[in-house]
Order: sequence, then structure tokens, then C-alpha cells
Amino acid sequence: MTNKSTLKQLFSAGLINGGIIIFLGLVGMIETFSQRDIVSGLVSMGFILLFLPFFVFGYSIAKKEPDQSLRTVLFAGGLTGLVAGFTTALLPILGQFVNIRDMFMNASPTLYSILNFNQGIYLGGLILMIVSGIIGALGAGFLLIPPRLRNAFLQAVVWTVLLGLMRDLLIVMIARWGAISYIFRWIFASSGLTITGALVIFFLVGVVYYWRSGKKQDLPVKKILSKKQKNIRFGKLVAAVILMLLLPQILGIYFSEILDNVGIYILMGLGLNIVIGFAGLLDLGYVAFFAIGAYVVGVLTSPEMGVIQITFWQALPFALLASVTAGVILGLPVLKMRGDYLAIVTLGFGEIIRLLSLSDWLRPYLGGTQGIQRIARPFIGSLELKTQGQLYYLIVAAILIAGFIAWRLKDSHMGRSWMAMREDEDVAQAMGINLVATKLSAFATGAFFAGLAGAIFAAKLSSAYPQSMNLMVSINVLCLIIVGGMGSIPGVFVGALVLMGSPELLREFSEFRYLVYGALLVVMMLVRPEGLWPEARRKLELHESMEPDALPNDIPTVTENPAG
Amino acid sequence: MAVLTAKNVTKRFGGLDALQKVDLEVKEHAIQSIIGPNGAGKTTFFNCITGFYNPEEGEILLENKLITGLSSDRVTRLGISRTYQNIRLFKNMTAVENILVGMHPHLKSGMLGGILRDSRTNRDEKQALDEAKRILQFVGLAGKGDMMSKNLPYGAQRRLEIGRALANKPRLLLLDEPTAGMNPSETQEMTNFIGHLRDSLGITILLIEHQMRVVMGISELITVLDFGQKIAEGTPAEIQKNTRVIEAYLGRGAASGLSEATA
Repeated sequence: MTNKSTLKQLFSAGLINGGIIIFLGLVGMIETFSQRDIVSGLVSMGFILLFLPFFVFGYSIAKKEPDQSLRTVLFAGGLTGLVAGFTTALLPILGQFVNIRDMFMNASPTLYSILNFNQGIYLGGLILMIVSGIIGALGAGFLLIPPRLRNAFLQAVVWTVLLGLMRDLLIVMIARWGAISYIFRWIFASSGLTITGALVIFFLVGVVYYWRSGKKQDLPVKKILSKKQKNIRFGKLVAAVILMLLLPQILGIYFSEILDNVGIYILMGLGLNIVIGFAGLLDLGYVAFFAIGAYVVGVLTSPEMGVIQITFWQALPFALLASVTAGVILGLPVLKMRGDYLAIVTLGFGEIIRLLSLSDWLRPYLGGTQGIQRIARPFIGSLELKTQGQLYYLIVAAILIAGFIAWRLKDSHMGRSWMAMREDEDVAQAMGINLVATKLSAFATGAFFAGLAGAIFAAKLSSAYPQSMNLMVSINVLCLIIVGGMGSIPGVFVGALVLMGSPELLREFSEFRYLVYGALLVVMMLVRPEGLWPEARRKLELHESMEPDALPNDIPTVTENPAG
Repeated sequence: MAVLTAKNVTKRFGGLDALQKVDLEVKEHAIQSIIGPNGAGKTTFFNCITGFYNPEEGEILLENKLITGLSSDRVTRLGISRTYQNIRLFKNMTAVENILVGMHPHLKSGMLGGILRDSRTNRDEKQALDEAKRILQFVGLAGKGDMMSKNLPYGAQRRLEIGRALANKPRLLLLDEPTAGMNPSETQEMTNFIGHLRDSLGITILLIEHQMRVVMGISELITVLDFGQKIAEGTPAEIQKNTRVIEAYLGRGAASGLSEATA
């Protein structure tokens, strides 16, 4: 039976849950999101946002229950949901008697009616409590379903929601396909998915995933692959590259713009991944190299600056050289620094570069707040690359080169030195690794990729502004590496798509962008710290329980003596 | 001929003299030990030899070449490598990668070679991998190359650390408590292994050790440190009888009692 301390736990979980929903309501997320249908006329995004916490809390509170019988689990989840529902229901009641709109402008009658199912504060509150209790219990009961079915169900829900969210874009996309498009039309309603469409997607994804998860998966150990596995992997890679090349043709112009932005972030991510993921040097001023790449191309190619005027291709080597040099120059003073100190110094470096580009002192050369306009676009033969679709291929080419370099370096002599340095700097040095050269090479390689990204970015916008070189760029790149998986090259692609692509797709949510970011990072760190597509070894590092050999078979019995 | 000569080595941490004018000479192909109570300065002395610390006074020579003041990677390149008291493997790298990092000073391929994978780089890497596998076999870890080093059993981690140090092809190997945390049979195994190392590879070994059984059984010469000072030096038999050593370990009363008993 549930005892007193667990009861207390249930209540506090319920309170937190209610608090989260009130918070989401007061920042306006629930109301905004409720205008977006996932399944037409049935399920809105706001609906999901409102009820998902009950489910998640019910699930996680049930997981903590020592006794996993159906009755206790359902009771725990249900009670948590009930408390949460009660807490949430207090908000409209409070709003009825006290004017809180002065302080919280989103505490609108619309929000209240969403929370109350349009039934008034008392009856509505009661309904909310019952519904939340049931959802909490469902969440708890979800724990008792076999994991394979559970995962299939989760995947099905996630895919249905994603496709529902992307409806507007998908409609535009399939409209381009002509006759084939009619096959898919019935899935989409005027907003969101049709009910049939949602059900079909749900079951299709669920069944496919359930069937696939039945196959035994290898433990993620670093292995030397057999010839056949290598061929399969190569085949997949080729397929991915071909898909990347065809994407703008399939997706259309609006997508090309998004893909360009994602691509530039992938390029930067590949570079920062070498600095942070491989070599373990926390660099928060990464945007500096991006800015240098962009500005060098700007100064050298724009007729406004009047120094010299050369083509993009002639300017590119200078941009790369300047970035790499800056990487080395930044590297020199921070050689002795580790961890937090390194982060702070690099952060400062990034700001210095941004402030220099803003400064009046350098205005004659860099244009001050106005930035540099009319930057030359790259030509291939007589073809000027200026549409998003054309520039996309330039970006893909750069990504392929950068990806290839990163991939080769990872398993090379230098890659091992970086990794050893990340693991233990002192020991790495004691193994004969020259820390100066190793660190500088990591900084320089990272700066090279960022400079390349910056040069392309400048050519794409045909301008460079100080405003686009701010700290958020560094933070975004760092986040996409963390979300994708530190040290993982495919992780950079996944992270960039998720973090940079999704806000572009969900424009109307953009005011909550950083809120969602923050929440996503916290959840990632708690649930999946190794990232979405982790490097094999990192997976082992953070989920040791997965590995049967993790326990040493002879644990030392004598405690070691402190330094002699 | 002496492989390593330390003269007058003094290392201070603030007001504390961790090492005071320590002299030491390690002869070629010898197995020598440094012993002493906790806090005697043994590991500090190792850190001074390997260049991790820079001693305030005195000089250390490796085969007549002055190495004090050099950074630890330079010292390693000159032929000294070490293991650590509390194992410090690169935990999230595989066993074979640990060895390959140990071979670092002997690998020449640069970044460009790593990217382009020209035939020379490929050949070097292949050779390095074969060599690494040989070393794994030598330390008794054949077939474990692809395991994460942290997933290896404790004794195997110790051996891997020695393997990594050997990959440097050192002339002088420093072992910091190689049998710490081991049971008697593992200790015996490790002791035999250390002897085998010296005989088959022809290298010189200097070790810090706490277990007297190991020290007395294996060393040709023992140096005793206490509070940063060298208080005795000699063969195992001499050290066993030395009253200052017994005092340092067991206290003054015990020493007098013991010497009376042996008298």
C-alpha cells in the first residue's frame, strides 16, 4: 500500500505538474498552440501541450513506485493527475476573482475556456480534474505495457504529431509532384491531418516500428566491420548523399532557404564538433571565426569598401587563412586553460570580434552597424550562384568536404591525440603528445570550417552585418552538437535539422523558440545525455548499465594509498 | 652505467619540502625500488623525473642528458615512460587505442596524411596496429583490443597501462605501485611479470611499491624516502635490517624493540 512519504511525493509531483501547466498557460503557449490542429477538429497542439504533462508525470511517478502492481501504479498515476488537475483548475478560479491580466497578459478568457472545456470554472474544473486523473493513470499504466509495444506506440504518436505539424509545408511540397500528389491528398485536412490520415499514419508507423524492433540489435561497441557491413554502410552513405543532392528538387523553394540555413549550421557544427566533441575544448566564441570568414570575403569582394575587389573564389582562400590564423591566435593564450576558464576566455574572444565589427574605429573598413553590402556571389563558369537552390549545392559541396575531413581525422593519429587529450590532458602529455600542437590544430581545424561557413553565408546574403555575428550563433552551434551527440558526425546533421530546421518549419511558435530550446536541452540532458545520434563510445560512457561487462570481475579490496 | 641520475633534487609546495636534496642513481637493466611511508614524496619524485613537476633545485639526467625543466612530452620522447598509482587509462578509448596513443612519439603521419590516407600513412598505421596488437599480446590482453578500457577487469587495466607505457619504447620504465589493490596471487603474477619485462625487453625499471613482499623479492636496490628525504639505500637485505627504516615505518619504540630482539 502507498505509505505516507510516497503520498507526499505524489502530491508534490502533482503540484509541480500543475505549476508547469499554469506556466505554459501564462506565457501564452497553450493558447497559441491550440490554434494549430494536428488532427483536424479533434486534437490541437495546445491540447497535446496541456495533457502531455499529466501523462508524463503519471508515468514517471509510477516508475518510482517500489511496488509495480497494477493497482498501486494506477493509483499513484491517477492521484498525481488529480492533484495536478486541481492545481491547474485553480488558475481560472483565481482569474475570476482577481484581475491578474495586468501582470500576465496571456491569462485570457480564451485560456480559461480551454482549461475548462467551455464548461465554466466549477464544472469545468471538475471535468479537468477527472480528465487529468484518468490521463495520469493512463500514463502510469503505460509503464506496465511491454517495452517493445510501448516504443512502437511512442514512435507512432511522435510521427503522427510531426506530420500533423508539418501539414502546411507538406501540402506545398506534394503539390509539386503533379498527379502523384492525389495519392496523398486525403491524409491532410484544411488544417492538420484528417482522422483517417492520422489513424493510418499511426498504425503504419506503429506496426513498422514494432516489426523492426523485433530484430536483435548489436550492442554499441566499437568494432572492426566486416567487408559486407562496410559495403552496406557505404551504400547508405551514398544514398544519403544522393538524397541531399535531390532535396531542393523534391521540396521546392521555401525549403531551399531553410536547407541553406541548416546547411550552414551543419558546416559550423562539424567544425565545433572537432573542437568540443573530439578534443574536449569548450569554445563559446566560435562565432568569431564565422564572422572573420564572412567579413574577409565582404571586404575583399564588395565594391563599397574600395580596397580591392576580387571574386568570391579568389577571396575564399584569404577568408580561410584569416580564420585559421585567428584560431591559432586564440589558441595561444588559452593553452594553459581548461574547462570553465577556457569557456570564459573564448566567450570574450567572440564578443571582441563582434564589437570590433561594430566599432566606429573600424567603420571605414568594416562598415560599422551598417555592415558590408553588395558582396560578390560565387560564379561557376558564367553561372552566378544566387538562388537558394543554387547556393544549396555550394553548401552541400562544402559540407561533404568538411564531413570527409572530420571523418578521416577522427580515426587518424591526430584524432586519437585529440581524444586522449579530452580524456586526460596530463596523461596525454606524459604519453609524448605535444599539447600545444594538438590544441592548436583542433582550434585551427574548427576555425577553418567556421570560416568556410561564414564566407558562404556572406555570399548567400551578399552582405555581412555585426548583428548576425552574435553570441546566439555560438550557443546554437553548441546546442546542436549537444542535442545531436558530442563527437558524433551524423549527430551534427541530426542536431542541426532538429534545432535549426524545426523552428523554421513552425514559424508561428518562434516567440517560444528559446523556451522550447531550453526545455529540450534540459530534457535531453536528463533522458538522453549522449544525444540523438550518439557516437558509439559515448553511448557506452553514459549508459553503462547497458553493458554486461561493465563490472570489473575483481574489485580491489584494499583501498589505495594517497600520494606517496 | 647509470640510466638515470638525480642529484640534489628539491621540490617545494609552499612551505612544505616535498623532496629535500634527494640523490638517486638507477643502473642500466636494473630493477630498483623506492619505498617509504605515505606522504614520503615518492610520487612527487616520479613527477619530477617525468617533467610533470619542475624541481626547485637539483638536476636529473637521463644517460648524461639533462632533463630537468623539459615538459613531460619531451621527457617521454627521450625515453622515460610511466604508469600511475591510481590507474589513469583513457577510459573511453579501446584497449588498442590506448596502446596507439602510447606509441605517439613513434608515429609520424601528420594531419594531411590522416585526411588523404596516402599509401605511406596507411602503411604506417597498419604497422602501428600490428605493433599494438603485439604489445597487447605481450601484456596478456590478446583479443581484448576492441574493449573499452574501462570495461576491462582491474588487473587487466593495470597491465594495459603498462602496455601503454611500453608502447613508448622507453629505456626507463617508472611503475607507480603496480600491485596496488591486488590480491596475493595477482600480486605474485605482477611481480613475475615485472621481472619478465626487464629480462625480455632489456629495459630498466624503477618502481614505487608498498607491498614489502614485492619489493624485497624483485629489487636489486632499494631507496627509502621519509618526509622528502632519503634515509637509506641498499640491497633488500640491508634495508630490512636498517633501524632508521624500521623507525620510519613503525615508530621509534618499535624500532628499538625490534633491534633488541634481533640483537
